[in-house]
Amino acid sequence: MNINTELKSLESFHLAVDETGAKERASSIAGRSIKKESKVLAIKMAASMIDLTTLEGKDSDGKVYAMCQKAMRPLEGDSDFPHVAAVCVYPNLIKTAKAALAGSGVNVASVATSFPSGQSPMKLKIEEVKKVVQMGADEVDMVISRGEFLEGNYQYTFDEVKAIKEACGEAHLKVILETGELETFDNVRKASIISMLAGADFIKTSTGKVQPAATLPVTLVMLEAIRDFYNETGKIIGMKPAGGIRTTKDAISYLCLVKETLGDMWLTPQLFRLGASTLLNDLLMQYKKEMTGAYQSADYFSND
Amino acid sequence: MTFREKSIPVQKHSRANGSSGSISGNSKKIIWEYARTTEAKDHINIKERYDLFINGKWQKTKKYFGTINPATEEMISEVASASTEDVNRAVTAAEKAYKNVWSKTPAKERAKYIFRIARIMQEKAREFAVIETMDGGKPIKESKSVDIPLALAHFFYYAGWADKLKYAFPNQSFSPIGVVGQIIPWNFPLLMAAWKIAPALACGNTVVIKSAETTPLTLFKLAEVIEEAGLPDGVVNIISGAGDTGAAIVNHPKVNKIAFTGSTDVGKLIMRSVAGTDKKVTLELGGKAANIIFEDAPIDQAVEGIVNGIYFNQGHVCCAGSRLFVQESVKNLVVKKLKHRLKSLRVGDPLDKNTDVGAINSKIQLKKITELVASGIDEGCTIYQPECSLPEKGYFFKPTFFTNVAQSSRIAQEEIFGPVLSVLTFRTPKEAIEKANNTQYGLSAGIWTDKGSKIFKMVSALKAGVIWSNTYNKFNPASPFGGYKESGFGREGGLQGLKEYLKF
Repeated sequence: MNINTELKSLESFHLAVDETGAKERASSIAGRSIKKESKVLAIKMAASMIDLTTLEGKDSDGKVYAMCQKAMRPLEGDSDFPHVAAVCVYPNLIKTAKAALAGSGVNVASVATSFPSGQSPMKLKIEEVKKVVQMGADEVDMVISRGEFLEGNYQYTFDEVKAIKEACGEAHLKVILETGELETFDNVRKASIISMLAGADFIKTSTGKVQPAATLPVTLVMLEAIRDFYNETGKIIGMKPAGGIRTTKDAISYLCLVKETLGDMWLTPQLFRLGASTLLNDLLMQYKKEMTGAYQSADYFSND
Repeated sequence: MTFREKSIPVQKHSRANGSSGSISGNSKKIIWEYARTTEAKDHINIKERYDLFINGKWQKTKKYFGTINPATEEMISEVASASTEDVNRAVTAAEKAYKNVWSKTPAKERAKYIFRIARIMQEKAREFAVIETMDGGKPIKESKSVDIPLALAHFFYYAGWADKLKYAFPNQSFSPIGVVGQIIPWNFPLLMAAWKIAPALACGNTVVIKSAETTPLTLFKLAEVIEEAGLPDGVVNIISGAGDTGAAIVNHPKVNKIAFTGSTDVGKLIMRSVAGTDKKVTLELGGKAANIIFEDAPIDQAVEGIVNGIYFNQGHVCCAGSRLFVQESVKNLVVKKLKHRLKSLRVGDPLDKNTDVGAINSKIQLKKITELVASGIDEGCTIYQPECSLPEKGYFFKPTFFTNVAQSSRIAQEEIFGPVLSVLTFRTPKEAIEKANNTQYGLSAGIWTDKGSKIFKMVSALKAGVIWSNTYNKFNPASPFGGYKESGFGREGGLQGLKEYLKF
């Protein structure tokens, strides 16, 4: 296999991961008991890290406009509650989102590179990325070609991420590994390091279209890769678990994972995101409960 | 910290500046800490004073002593100090119960009693966990997830064997031993009691068991469970006391078997005492386990294994992985990662649900640990302790490890029984085996490598009773546990554990 010098340093990372051990560690961190003021702070922090997402064939201007309103003001009338970090949409909806969010501080992220499968020629992917950036996407969520990776063509994966990063220009690049298709933690660690070497700003677990999507253990393995990459190179890379994160309890477990693996420095929307569509309402419900002492009916929270 | 201390670079992307790292539009970063979440104690029931549980009744004695909470140094309760006469009463009760009742009780009835004990314990699991933590200092998350569930599992497991012994040992004839004397340590009080009582009852023996001086309470709670389960009087007698109480059990002529878990020194004393008698003996003694990390190991999980191996239960574990052997090619990496990992260990109030390392069991033990750590420094070993604040009251010790340790260092030879790790290195598998086996102990070992064949090669060469590969400190009632060399003999758990309570 042809490996260029840039990818050579992959070998300097220890690549073995023990699945049982990683799962055990993740579940031990998930057992942290977060209550009272810690919980309130965690809820707000998690909300501020959400990439509020809609990625469906039936997405329309109306749907995205409404979601953007929710993204900017999750809790109408409570200025203490933060806006989310970004909304994540398909390329055709960038303009709508951009207009709706103008001046709000909420970013627009667009998926690209033939999301979710990535099965199209490199040239088209590069064009697509250039186009979404031109349309105003602040952040680009790409997918790697899992077929090439699983064939052992790591150079392809490296070149692919590198080319897309170049095409991104100023926009932030999140690299989706689709861990559900990579299957083993060894693969996840390897793909994480290759993506980081190639210039990813963030690494991201999943498209949300494949099961399992984000899990705590897989996120732990990726966070450990980020930590080791930082130690080797001094470069700070962000992390985004996405798909299947629905409850406040889940979200808090992810925050604990970040805190205990990478430290407080990473607990910022600049470096940690939660890709989710329904999580926000559960956070709001739990927040209201902490504030008022009682749960409110789900009917009190808008479904946008 | 070997990790680069560096502030987050300001994002250069003009368009990506929307999320400024703030939580509520305010640009100052707030550090998120875990608030204290203390396990509730209001549901637990501890008497001011515990008498001896002999012949199914609570019997008074002359002397009592206090048991304290090592995390607060406050007295929790007073317990009886059993005299030689008390021991005699207990053994006599056990002997009568054996002859008149228990040996005539059908095996499936014995099983029912053991199941009943397990079920009642299960209902009171939370209470047991809180008391175990208060009395011994271990983190509540450990007593809840390890001590109590495992103790229950042992009762359930051996209850199942009680009426199937002839299938456990086909074509052999056997009978119960009679009265067994059991002496347990302070590191896992209820769990060690379960390891001993459950197989003894399943095999049809009667029991006199003594708790350790500093941790008598959960055993008396178990006595209450046994009372509630309606076990015939005298089948299990539970007493407390110090070394002389233990000696009275060991020396009692009507005791047919001694099962002891504790220090190697006391184990030797017991062997001297029973020499020339026909008493059966099983001993679970000290250890100085080698935890061996090869360069091809899954490093992050190995680091977890190191932490779990030595800081679990403050290192008060006879099978603790107290000697770490790291292949020289990955030594710096492993030490760096271990240092980083130690920063996130939370040391403090054992009742806080987020505490990872609790209180040292007693003042005496704290003194011993402090002394051995000082000897490590004196011998020129390099100490590392994370920066963390310890509670003002109570007995606490920071998680510690030493590098630059030689095989000849005291801290590499003596069992410290505290959160103190010695890091040594090796170059080849052969050297790892030689060094790992170069100890008077042989209780347990750990092997970390991604290569299956290496695991098998190592396992057959290491002189240790329990060997874990790519994990550490895993226990299961079906799996036998016990040592080589001065770590003792006899096995507890599994079929092997049953065998120790039968005469063939």
